[in-house]
Amino acid sequence: MTTAATPPSSKKPQNVQKEDAMWLQKELINKNYMELATARAENRKVSATFVPGNLNELLMCFDFARSLPETNALQNGMRKKSGKFIMDAEREGQSEDVCTYVKADLGMMQGGEIGPTGDPLPTPDVLLLSYTGCFTFMKWFELIRHKYGCETVMLHVPYQGEGKIAPNMRDYVVRQLKDTVIPTLERISGVKFDIDRLREYMKESAKAEENLVRVLQSAKNRPSPIDGYFGAVYYIGPIFTAFRGTKEASQYYDVLRSEIDERVRLGKGPVTPDGDMGEEKYRLVVEGPPNWTSFRDFWKMFYEEGAVVVSSTYAKVGGLYDFGFRHDPDHPLESLAEYCLGCYTNLNLPSRVDMICKYIEEYQADGLLINSIKSCNSFSAGQLLILREVEKRTGRPAAFIETDLVDPRYFSAANVKNRLESYFQMVKQKRGAMAGAH
Amino acid sequence: MKTVPPVNEIVERCQTLFDDLDFNAVKQWKAAAPGRKAIGYMPVYVPRELIHAAGMLSVGILGGGDQLEVIQGDAYYQSYICRIPRSTIELGLTGRLDCLDGMLFPSICDVIRNLSGMWQLMFKDKYVRYIDVPQNYEDAIGGKFYVDEMEILRKDLGELRGKPITDEELNASIAVYNENRKAVRERNAYRAAKPWQAPTSEVYLVLRAGMVLPPEEHTQLMRDYIAATDAVPRQRRDNARIVINGSFCEQPPLNLIKSIEMSGCYIVDDDFMLVTRWLLDEVPANGKPLEELSKAFLHRSASTAAKYDAKREDKGQYLLHQVKSGAAGRVVFAAPSFCDPALLERPMLQDVLAKHKVPYTAFKYAENTGQMAPIREQSGTFADSIKLWSAA
Repeated sequence: MTTAATPPSSKKPQNVQKEDAMWLQKELINKNYMELATARAENRKVSATFVPGNLNELLMCFDFARSLPETNALQNGMRKKSGKFIMDAEREGQSEDVCTYVKADLGMMQGGEIGPTGDPLPTPDVLLLSYTGCFTFMKWFELIRHKYGCETVMLHVPYQGEGKIAPNMRDYVVRQLKDTVIPTLERISGVKFDIDRLREYMKESAKAEENLVRVLQSAKNRPSPIDGYFGAVYYIGPIFTAFRGTKEASQYYDVLRSEIDERVRLGKGPVTPDGDMGEEKYRLVVEGPPNWTSFRDFWKMFYEEGAVVVSSTYAKVGGLYDFGFRHDPDHPLESLAEYCLGCYTNLNLPSRVDMICKYIEEYQADGLLINSIKSCNSFSAGQLLILREVEKRTGRPAAFIETDLVDPRYFSAANVKNRLESYFQMVKQKRGAMAGAH
Repeated sequence: MKTVPPVNEIVERCQTLFDDLDFNAVKQWKAAAPGRKAIGYMPVYVPRELIHAAGMLSVGILGGGDQLEVIQGDAYYQSYICRIPRSTIELGLTGRLDCLDGMLFPSICDVIRNLSGMWQLMFKDKYVRYIDVPQNYEDAIGGKFYVDEMEILRKDLGELRGKPITDEELNASIAVYNENRKAVRERNAYRAAKPWQAPTSEVYLVLRAGMVLPPEEHTQLMRDYIAATDAVPRQRRDNARIVINGSFCEQPPLNLIKSIEMSGCYIVDDDFMLVTRWLLDEVPANGKPLEELSKAFLHRSASTAAKYDAKREDKGQYLLHQVKSGAAGRVVFAAPSFCDPALLERPMLQDVLAKHKVPYTAFKYAENTGQMAPIREQSGTFADSIKLWSAA
């Protein structure tokens, strides 16, 4: 379901424009793959966990090298490797109906311990199964455990069915952390848990989170200095994955924030792969994950038309920082629990609708675009009702496109482009009609 | 002495209840006394004892089947989402579920989970609750959470009826459902022993009647069915004994069950309507009711794809037990299209079966699947191969 994007090569291609922070982000992600590649040689244990509600600070307390399976799948998607992996997994008995992240991951593992970068990616020593907001995660790790015998520790994060975090939900997560998760991680890693070490990491997390929010909210400016969807997947990369809680992440977000502040000062729009974006014509909110196999082509369909995404729900799957959550070193376990419980896909549908409407108002967006992902029922089931509700409440037009995460068979460029062009025309007409009415 | 009606009358009554997409049985039950309320629930499990203790009727909502034309419901879902939520929305939007005062959406998958939020948005005058169940099986951790969740439901239902639900009421309801589960086990045992006397196309309807009848009445109905069918000997065939797996949520059309049987299979166990036998044995009805329900859930409940297997070696054990206890030796995986839990679970179960040398076959269906010939051919070939090549 989620994410950390980085382009395939570690060298700067001449035909791709990026902010310096984007290059720095890429280095961080590649560094993590190198840590995983050398983990066995350095006698380090390897953990795997999912992005939404991941407990990176906690895993660092046990010196694990940290793998994130969705990130591996999307990296393989961007490198055009996922199609083969998915078909390999289907040949091994996986249904064509199910999540392609799972199949891309299983297909990769079937091919041996080689990761997206071509470097070794060891089979994890422990699977930390926190299935925040996605039932498929549970089956995903059961499948890996079944095939590779990896030890698995469950962290059950209750769903916000009533649109709020009840005290018993938080207590339940904390009890699991204390009595199940931490003892298991101690045993597997051989490292004793030190809560002060956790607090130190969480202090760094909070610093980075503060800067990330500043960057994401910079899109309230006109023109927006960032793209809050395509660009944001670079910005959320470190904090949603193996770097939240590290000093490197804090430095990254300092650099990023300075860059974006400067773009605001200069009145510049976002940097796209083809350089600075031209005139900002449309401001959109996007719901749903991106397509990774044609990521750059997909983005181009927006910036070529002068469309910028000012906010996206996808950039919140790893935490709702813009609604105030910060990791709290004074209450470390309770704060980790709140973090897990608060991720976007753990919200009920009414909360998701409220959030999107709020974004449309606060970011002065022209409308909502839903990118519905075949693989991801957690996001997709109910999106057509979200669309209706948001249109009804905001009066702004909404549109619906369908793609997939990492299965290239489900990205039809012509269809998507047609729909987007029609949508932009609709936005223009609606704007004209509203101007005429005043 | 009570006279048991003939088996065809019992089956006919169950068929009528099954066909009635307007839930007239629920309406009649409500009309029989002033102030009665009914609460709907979706698969795979809710603690129905709490609804019963509130004096309400629990109503299993399993989609619209193959007789409901889905028009509005399709507008709410993409083509790659299973069918049960769209037909359930159709039932709601066409007023067929107006007789329900509330809906419970259990923790089973992302689609049903999100449907709970859709219901909150679309049917604002109804009580709606997502029922989360623990995936941690320690009494002090997952058990505590589950008891807390049930306390909330108990309080809500108490408010809905205007009076708190007492422990005594809950214990009385546990006893009622213990009896119902016992009758379900008797039904299962009878079918496994004499599948020619209790074809699953009938047994299914009798179980399905429990989705709309009060449990006391349903318990009697199941016992009447066994007595009635046992009284009329039927022809025994040389059929292959199989277990069906994967149909725990969206239901197959009745014709699909009949087609499998007609192709030469005796279905001796399945996972239809697991709510009726989720708790595997008697729940003590004289203790702290919610704690007892929690313990039964954590330590003595059925296994299905929506439930986490805490240990790798647990995977497939429940299915193997079904195969063994039903003397089946064969499995037919029949899962709804786009059912993530069932379809992701299937390769693991197949692997376990292969290791135990249990033959299997697999196909997908939708609740409105109309073409049975391919399924009949597949299950028929499977049954024939068993009969021809099996060492047994």
